[in-house]
Amino acid sequence: MSRKERIEELLQEGFAPVHLDIVDESYMHAVPTDAESHFKLLVVSESFEGIAMVERHRLVNQLLDEEFAQGLHALTMHTWTPEEWEAKGGVPESPPCLGGSQTA
Amino acid sequence: MDVLEKIGDQVKSNPVVIYMKGTPQFPQCGFSMRAAAALSDCGVPFAYVNVLQDPEIYENLPRYADWPTFPQIYIDGELVGGCDITLELHASGELKEMMEQAASKAEAAGA
Repeated sequence: MSRKERIEELLQEGFAPVHLDIVDESYMHAVPTDAESHFKLLVVSESFEGIAMVERHRLVNQLLDEEFAQGLHALTMHTWTPEEWEAKGGVPESPPCLGGSQTA
Repeated sequence: MDVLEKIGDQVKSNPVVIYMKGTPQFPQCGFSMRAAAALSDCGVPFAYVNVLQDPEIYENLPRYADWPTFPQIYIDGELVGGCDITLELHASGELKEMMEQAASKAEAAGA
């Protein structure tokens, strides 16, 4: 099972999202193309209602704890309720890599 | 001073501090670059720590705030989030307000 599939399974179980996008953006960074190290997530779920943004991100990070321990390096994410998602209607592009992940 | 105390001291003694890869002038990660640019854009002075220059902080900051990635942005001693949240707060205008409030609070405390 790929990391993307594992992430999808974990997020489906954890948040029952009404909308879920998972993009492997590792190709944009200074890592092998099959590194599965950099991901972008869009999770739209009722379960985020009433939870502060920093806590929503923390919940996602905690859910993916094991993936971080096994080489997941960067996660850019948008965690919205269905109402917020509707109001925004899009996800910004991720920035280019500047090489720092190889320094430390 | 142990490293967690050192981090605690940094986030409490600076109204706004970003832990980033590189510096605001020479960022070494796209996410750090964007977050630092958003802070700069608010026109309120902020401190930064280059985690690539400090292996001890690099290794321990994730457990300080239970947050696994960089950058990390702290305002008034509290973790605000990483790049994504900082950019969302900047887009909505809240970031500048939060930074200004933290700066005046620190000034009042120091006066």
